Amino acid sequence: MTDLLASLRYEDWILHALIWLPLVGMAHVVVSSPERAKNLAFAWSSIVFVLSLGLWWGYEPGGGGFMLESSTPWIESWGVSYALGVDGISVFMVMLTTFTSAIAILGSFEYVKTRRKAFYALMLLLETGVLGVFLATDIFLFYVFFELTLVPMYFIVGIWGGERRIYAAVKFFLYTAVGSLLMLVAILYMYFGGGAGSFGYEAFLNADLSLREQLWLFAAFALAFGIKVPVFPLHTWLPDAHVEAPTPGSVILAAVLLKMGTYGFMRFLLPFFPGAAQHPTVVAVMLVLGVVGIIYAAWVAAVQPDAKKLVAYTSVAHMGFVVIGIFALTLNGLQGGMVVMISHGISTGALFLLLGMMYERRHTRLIEDFGGLGRAAPLFATAFVITALASIGLPGTSGFVGEFLALLGTFETHAVAAIVAATGVVFAAYYMLPMVQRVLFNRLDNPENRKFPDLSRREVVILAPMVALMIGIGVHPTPILERMEPSVQLVLERVEGAGATLGTASAGPSDGGPPGYVGDAGPGAQVPVPATAARED
Amino acid sequence: MTGVTTVESAVTALAGTPPLTAPPLAVQEAASWEPVLPGLIVLLPLLGFAINGFLALRAAAVSSAAVRSGSEWDPFAGAATPATHRLPTLVGPGVMLIAFVLALLNFIGMPDDLQEPVVRSYWSWIATGDLRIEAALQLDQLSAVMMLVVTGVGFLIHVFSVGYMKNDVGYPRYFSYLNLFVFFMLVLVMGSGYATMFVGWEGVGLCSYLLIGYWFSDREKSDAGKKAFIVNRIGDVGFLLAMFLIYQAFGTFDFGEVFAGAEGGLATGGATVTAITLLLMLGAAGKSAQVPLHVWLPDAMAGPTPVSALIHAATMVTAGVYMVARSSVLYALAPVSQAIVAGVGVLTALIAATIAIQQYDIKKVLAYSTVSQLGFMFLAAGIGAFTAAIFHLVTHAFFKALLFLGAGAVIHSMHHAAHHAERHLDEQDMRNMGGLRKYMPLTCALMWIATLAIAGIWPFAGFFSKDEIIWYTAAWAGAESNPFGALYAVYWGVALITALMTAFYMTRLMIMTFHGANRTGAAGAAHLHEAPPVMTLPLIALAALSVFGGWINVPEALQASFAGLFGALPMSEWLHHWLEPVTHAAAEIQVAGFGEAAYSAPLGGGEVTWALVSTVAAALTVAVSARLLGTRKYVAAAADSGPRAGLGRVLHDKWYFDEAYDAVIVRPLLRLSRWCWRFIDDVIIDGFVNTTAQFARLAGWIMSLFQTGQVNMYAFVLTVGVLLVLGTTVFLR
Repeated sequence: MTDLLASLRYEDWILHALIWLPLVGMAHVVVSSPERAKNLAFAWSSIVFVLSLGLWWGYEPGGGGFMLESSTPWIESWGVSYALGVDGISVFMVMLTTFTSAIAILGSFEYVKTRRKAFYALMLLLETGVLGVFLATDIFLFYVFFELTLVPMYFIVGIWGGERRIYAAVKFFLYTAVGSLLMLVAILYMYFGGGAGSFGYEAFLNADLSLREQLWLFAAFALAFGIKVPVFPLHTWLPDAHVEAPTPGSVILAAVLLKMGTYGFMRFLLPFFPGAAQHPTVVAVMLVLGVVGIIYAAWVAAVQPDAKKLVAYTSVAHMGFVVIGIFALTLNGLQGGMVVMISHGISTGALFLLLGMMYERRHTRLIEDFGGLGRAAPLFATAFVITALASIGLPGTSGFVGEFLALLGTFETHAVAAIVAATGVVFAAYYMLPMVQRVLFNRLDNPENRKFPDLSRREVVILAPMVALMIGIGVHPTPILERMEPSVQLVLERVEGAGATLGTASAGPSDGGPPGYVGDAGPGAQVPVPATAARED
Repeated sequence: MTGVTTVESAVTALAGTPPLTAPPLAVQEAASWEPVLPGLIVLLPLLGFAINGFLALRAAAVSSAAVRSGSEWDPFAGAATPATHRLPTLVGPGVMLIAFVLALLNFIGMPDDLQEPVVRSYWSWIATGDLRIEAALQLDQLSAVMMLVVTGVGFLIHVFSVGYMKNDVGYPRYFSYLNLFVFFMLVLVMGSGYATMFVGWEGVGLCSYLLIGYWFSDREKSDAGKKAFIVNRIGDVGFLLAMFLIYQAFGTFDFGEVFAGAEGGLATGGATVTAITLLLMLGAAGKSAQVPLHVWLPDAMAGPTPVSALIHAATMVTAGVYMVARSSVLYALAPVSQAIVAGVGVLTALIAATIAIQQYDIKKVLAYSTVSQLGFMFLAAGIGAFTAAIFHLVTHAFFKALLFLGAGAVIHSMHHAAHHAERHLDEQDMRNMGGLRKYMPLTCALMWIATLAIAGIWPFAGFFSKDEIIWYTAAWAGAESNPFGALYAVYWGVALITALMTAFYMTRLMIMTFHGANRTGAAGAAHLHEAPPVMTLPLIALAALSVFGGWINVPEALQASFAGLFGALPMSEWLHHWLEPVTHAAAEIQVAGFGEAAYSAPLGGGEVTWALVSTVAAALTVAVSARLLGTRKYVAAAADSGPRAGLGRVLHDKWYFDEAYDAVIVRPLLRLSRWCWRFIDDVIIDGFVNTTAQFARLAGWIMSLFQTGQVNMYAFVLTVGVLLVLGTTVFLR
């Protein structure tokens, strides 16, 4: 396989192809007829998916840094370049994105009946945006893609959504826009004030920042990413967006858009601001928010009458495991967080697809409208049960590996947080099993449900690979873990290594702080210098 | 559950490469003894699951099509044995038989002097950083015994199920779940570390959930399944946290390394080992239905009766006992945990026995009896008599499986009667039975054997195992330097009383079911019948085991007395010697801590004396209560509402555990959840968000007021502005 890829010069073009092919597909969809749009979109996204599979071999875990790197100057005067690269963290996010994009498009065939060309064009645009986020190694480019994802998602919710779609779309847009604007300010500050001088990832890594600066910048980045994740209490846009979004929108939202937040934590937050990331207060705050998210969201999920809203809240709970795994700052924690991200993408994506299938058949999402589907639709019920079990982390499924490692890693450094978070395992059963029961079990007394058709062949094709992945990753996650490990290790080293030298690095009065910010990095407290003054020389 | 793929092929599909290299560990240790296909033993039930699962989905496709078209599908139309039943009948019990034979071969072949477990590693399950979790199985004396029980009793129950579930539409689905259960149970007892054990641990919980709610259209039954899963998960949190502590202390989950590290590295009674063992106990209490986590097991009787026999009596619920016995080294190092485990056990035994006395549902009596007997096993494990715990686990698997299957035969027969009865008939209510001996003499006789066994009457199996537990409690109570001697003496007294209560409630069950006048009603009674051979043959096999099973571990002191027929009973303390490689480390630690055990009970008297006292007392209890209850007039359930007041009512209502949980935990949690949603999310957070948005809109609206488009207005505002700025700069200096 490696030889084949080498003979195709795979590594030279793959990252560019991943970003541009969906756009080509989008153009193709736009010029085609509405009837052909869905097949074309599925074909293009499938091509992208198949091509991305080569990364399994094309990406070789070495030192953990970026591979397959390429960089072309874009806006030279600002030091902006079109720079792409992939490492052990992003490679799985990329594959998750290409996989779920194709699946979501296939899953929308019955759901989307209006303005099909526009819909599929936006789906492909969204794919480009998300892949760009995961592949960009230039901060400016990253930010462009990060914002780009907002637009198609806004329209997908706002046009093809449910009754309160406008409210949900605006709420989604404003919430995330507020966060990312703050991040833009932080990025610009680092570019100008932090002495990065370029938007390259390395330049930002080496930016000379005092602890005080780090804390503020951390806060801005954390807010932007925290809204995306979403971290409690920034989560209330998510249930609304999920409930109103059409099925494919929900799938992409849960499977990959949320991951942009936790990916941001790992890729930017920890390595850029190691001092802040190790600051006891910051760690405590993030861990508490993660733990509260796990438990609070599970509770709220348990009392939702709307199945889709229930699953939306479970996303908050799952992402809480990622957050504690990341901020425990241990290898097991970060690795666990990564696996939860992948696993949640697959299992929650599948849950949203299943709920979409229910909605297509019955035009309701209320749990109480169902019951006894196990008798009418056994295949559907089987897929539902397996997915639900993967979602609540039964051993042998991907969910367990992730949650286990995240909790284990958290326990190593913050036992109390892990102990409280572990109760989330019970609450997961508390929200998931009643839904499974009220949808699939109990009496089949509603005549509408008696006629509930079982999975079609297309639906089996959608769900089978997802179920296979849930179990496959649960049984043998090691190939994934070992591919991620060097990059995750590198993040950890950057945090610990840079954190250790922070005291000396920021001791000098050379670097500039923003107006009014007083650096107070302990003994090496710095002289407040207006940012403008620093830039003039 | 589909027949997705087998483990291996799922792995290969995922990795694209064959499973990773097995570490050389297994190769070194295999030098002494080569186990016979241990992987296949585990794989066979999984294969059965895959085949039956596939058949189940195929059958379900037909039945669901019938549901959708408004008709009901009847697989029995035209044939006594529908086509959907044929292959599962072969595959379900078939894989079990082969697995049993393989387990037996391993058991026979296992050398007596095997001191270290033989580990077979298949692939690296979770490997990152220093963490290495192998997908590995281990064989040693303890896992060999457990494998025999799981596959042997499991096979018999599979055979029984062929008859019991014959008329069930979901037959292939039933066998797929049952096979899957055995797979996970084998992973549980053969896993070579806590992490692998946990896979089986939660896996059997899943199967229990699926099988309790097997008739999922019935809300009560699916409720019971859900409850079992959630309560078990409470225990599982304890297990998880214990694992984290174990990893922190030893850097591994592997049994061998953990125990070696604990023996050398941990002080007796230290905080770490005490915390680990208490958390493990929480897990064990959930799985083995110990107070206060016992509430799921009686409800679990909603499942088909063979499931109750296999999962909720013989195997899964004993997993907690197995786990404590497996962790014997850790428990021996934590005397406080031991005292607590034993206390929980003895309390459970007592409470469950009191409840069993006042139940009318035949399966509920047996369920509480199981809880009570598990309490005895916990007591044994708690006092460090790990062999006694496993011994009682084994004999209990025999006689309790027999009791449940016998009850299943009764229910099966009553079910037919209920079809023809002139009024609604609860087929599990013993008040509707009575005099069944006339209709099912064989079942009656076999169940009496099991009753004598569980009552602890010589020379049946339960006598030896229960007596050993009670005796060891007495002996450790009087140990030279046991800090909890007085406590153990109390445990001993309670255990003795509970043993007599066991004899009473079991006699009550037998009398109400099989003796006295029949209360089924004439129309129904005409259809009562003995079970078919496919059901009675497993009963006979289990009855034989209930008689002779205790002879595998006749204590030496009894060997020379009446109990050993003065040397005629074979295999003196065989199990004890067999398990020695597993338990000797713990025994040494315990003797080092507590000193030598006493040779007399707290009230005086030696082992033989108390064995005699307890068996005579039990026999008297059976005889007297049979006599008293036999003369009592019972009325059919419809005319009886049970005890109305006093202690009887409290016991009948199970000490109100469920009601208390409902009032203290379940309902407040639901209220809190709703409050979080409706108040914190909707009012506070969204209120803030929406207010901010509205504020922005308001600001925009105010600004828009100035956009009138009239130039003179702009000029006016401009002038005012300039004046204001000038004014402030001039006057505020």
